[in-house]
Amino acid sequence: MEVDIGIQVQDLNAWFGNTQALHGINLQIPAKQTTAIIGPSGCGKSTFVRCLNRMHETLPQARVTGHVQISDLDVYGRGVSPVWIRRRVGMVFQKPNPFPTMNIYDNVAAGLKLNGLGSRRQMDEVVEKSLRSAALWDEVKDILKKKSGASLSGGQQQRLCIARALAVEPDVLLMDEPASALDPISTSKIEDLIFELKARYTVVIVTHNMQQAARVAEFTAFFLMGNLVEFDKTETMFTKPSDKRTEDYITGRFG
Amino acid sequence: MPKKQLQTIPWWRRAKNFAAIGSIGLATVIVILPLVLILGTVLYKGIGSLDWNLFTQIPKPAGELGGGMANGIAGSVMILMIASIIGIPLGIGSGVFLAEYGRNIYGNIVRFTADVLNGVPSIVIGLTAYALVVVVQGHFSLLAGGIALGIMMIPTVSRTTEEVLLMVPQTIREAALGLGIPHWRTTLSVVLPSARSGIITSIMLAFARIAGETAPLMFTAFGNQFWSTKLNQPTAALPLQIFTYAVSGFEDQRRQAWAGAFVLIVMIVGTVLIVRFITSRGALKGAN
Amino acid sequence: MGALSQAPSSQDAPSKLAVVGQGKYGSESLFADAAFRSLVTACAIALLTVVGLIVFELVTQSRLSLQKFGFSFFTKSIWDPVQENFGALPSIYGTLVSSFLALLIAVPLSLGTALFITELCPKSLKGILSVSVEMLAAIPSVIYGLWGIFVLAPFLRLHVQPLLARYLGPEGHVTNFFIGLGIPAKYLIWSGLFAGPRYGIGMLAAGIILAIMILPIIASITREVILAVPRQQREAALALGATRWEMLSMAVLRNARAGILGAIILGLGRAMGETMAVTMLIGNRPEISRSLFAPGYTLSSVIANEFSEANGTYLSALIEMALVLFVLTLIVNALAGLLVWSITRGTPSRAHA
Repeated sequence: MEVDIGIQVQDLNAWFGNTQALHGINLQIPAKQTTAIIGPSGCGKSTFVRCLNRMHETLPQARVTGHVQISDLDVYGRGVSPVWIRRRVGMVFQKPNPFPTMNIYDNVAAGLKLNGLGSRRQMDEVVEKSLRSAALWDEVKDILKKKSGASLSGGQQQRLCIARALAVEPDVLLMDEPASALDPISTSKIEDLIFELKARYTVVIVTHNMQQAARVAEFTAFFLMGNLVEFDKTETMFTKPSDKRTEDYITGRFG
Repeated sequence: MPKKQLQTIPWWRRAKNFAAIGSIGLATVIVILPLVLILGTVLYKGIGSLDWNLFTQIPKPAGELGGGMANGIAGSVMILMIASIIGIPLGIGSGVFLAEYGRNIYGNIVRFTADVLNGVPSIVIGLTAYALVVVVQGHFSLLAGGIALGIMMIPTVSRTTEEVLLMVPQTIREAALGLGIPHWRTTLSVVLPSARSGIITSIMLAFARIAGETAPLMFTAFGNQFWSTKLNQPTAALPLQIFTYAVSGFEDQRRQAWAGAFVLIVMIVGTVLIVRFITSRGALKGAN
Repeated sequence: MGALSQAPSSQDAPSKLAVVGQGKYGSESLFADAAFRSLVTACAIALLTVVGLIVFELVTQSRLSLQKFGFSFFTKSIWDPVQENFGALPSIYGTLVSSFLALLIAVPLSLGTALFITELCPKSLKGILSVSVEMLAAIPSVIYGLWGIFVLAPFLRLHVQPLLARYLGPEGHVTNFFIGLGIPAKYLIWSGLFAGPRYGIGMLAAGIILAIMILPIIASITREVILAVPRQQREAALALGATRWEMLSMAVLRNARAGILGAIILGLGRAMGETMAVTMLIGNRPEISRSLFAPGYTLSSVIANEFSEANGTYLSALIEMALVLFVLTLIVNALAGLLVWSITRGTPSRAHA
């Protein structure tokens, strides 16, 4: 099956100080699809995803080697600025983190303002578009400038963070357990959202919830103790996993 | 947004970043500079002027060479002792009150008042001590000086005592109470001792702070050219002596001011460094 | 059966004793508990009493002056001990100007230092830098004054003030440039700041030494509020592709701004109450002048200088100035406390590496 490669990862290794967190990861994440990263706690899935947008190196004594290519970007290339990479690769975090001192509009526009983009009208357009993509527009369109980002409910805050990430039009959207801090109803709204997003973005979602992976992702990668064990179409992985460890995890023998 | 055209971050963002980070670094350098200059000058001029006279003689009449600040050093020590007798018990006592009985509106009032007292300029406290002690007694005295400085110790000691007591886990108190030890005994024999190092460091820091105070002493101890260690007489104090000599017209007295400053700085900086050393070794960790 | 029907002897006593009254402390513990509690409460009350006494004494002792001069005390500039005629305006002016000048210099520097130590500094330097800032705070006022008289003031007199006058003074290059453009001199407001004879000591010297003295307090509280900003906020900014500085200004400084404002105001309070260093450097002349080179007076300096000769109305006037100082610092500190508390939520402040 021909699938465009969105993210190509070759021989990726990562360390926290002296502890190695990722061992030689080789992976090709398809473009414009949703790929889920699953595995038990501590298996390195968050670390992996944070290596894709060079957030891992913001931690003290963190180290990364290997090659990551995102369409035309050599993420760890010589002279490539992490700041630039993070503009092209968006991230949504586990706990919603809107900027509390800014209103909703300013939160969504925060990334745009950094790039000094455009007129007020342009910004208005982008803000509306992003909030619509995040399925939040109808709920906040009347209070855009009146309420602070932190005054929304948990689920709304997370959708706000998604809108904020989308506003800078990244190529890839990374999501690190985006729904784990939310109630079931908000979670299902986010999952619906992810389903729609993949038409326009390459989405990589870390999740500890296998059912969520089955619901939203076409492809799944299974990590264990810093190693990539298996990568396949979600359907295949959950019905006919190739590796015994995958099977054990999925059937609940551990993790 | 024409993203494909932006291959790197625009130069003006990078420039802003560089300029901002650069200014921040520069600011830090500018801040450290006075410290180095001041300590350096005091050390240099102080060591040059230091001799045994400073510690053994009292000031000579104006114009005459020589003399020392022995009475000032002794006076300061006495004043600080009196200040400690007043400040430490009251400070620890109110700290205990705030931690154990003060999680309510009364506690908040006391806490607020302690902060107010902390912010009162030292000269105002000196004036109050003047009105309360000197005027009543009819003369300047060592006692008044000690009272003024002791008052200044109270808020610092109190707040820190409260802090460290609150850091002692509740399980410790419950264990003691569960053994049948009464509350007062628990606080005194179990909780306070485990917070001991924090309280000691706070006392030392409060001490370092008041050791250099001059203004309150101007209206209370007043200073004295001669030996005096009696409670009810004006007393010399090291900072006062430094001040008087610094603004004096006589070269020799100014030289001695530097020497006195050296002694004072060594005392205070030494105390601060010792406190820093103790806390960084984790001795501040409360009960385990 | 028998054991159950045997009610404990403390059945008639208050329930507290039933719990505590076993063991060797018996029923004395209730008394001891109360005694202990009274003891520490007495200490707390003593604290309240002290502050009450301060207010009481300040008010009563200044009554003479309050009655004699009334409100004009704050608007008059005259200072005549012989005629017993006093006006506090120059001193109030001096206190405010020197303090705000100090803030102007100290705020950018201390914010920069706080940011550097918390966000940008290599681990090895952190300890030394924060100890250095603590050290600045530990130096007594009188030693600042000593250094100020013999090192700072001559330096100002010989190098800085001539330079300032040469460019920004009434006949300075920059001023002349604008005059040459046809702008009348009265619009060139900066020129008045650097006019007049250069003694070295004066408002400028006082402002600079105050700035150095309040640097540590602003820096350490700013450090605390910066540390209180959660990591996720920083990460959110970085993930959007912000540069280091953009992350700091958007996620850190912005979130901490109430606390930083509190730190600044606290520094202001400290500057206003400072006595010794200012007295030694401000020139002690009860006049209001435009120029920063000119000598001036502050509330605390006038009290320190003239106290020993004062009695009667003179003394009362001085104490009224102390009252003014007290009220000023009270308002400032209360405001600052509120702001800082709102950020750190009551976690007590103590700066460590």
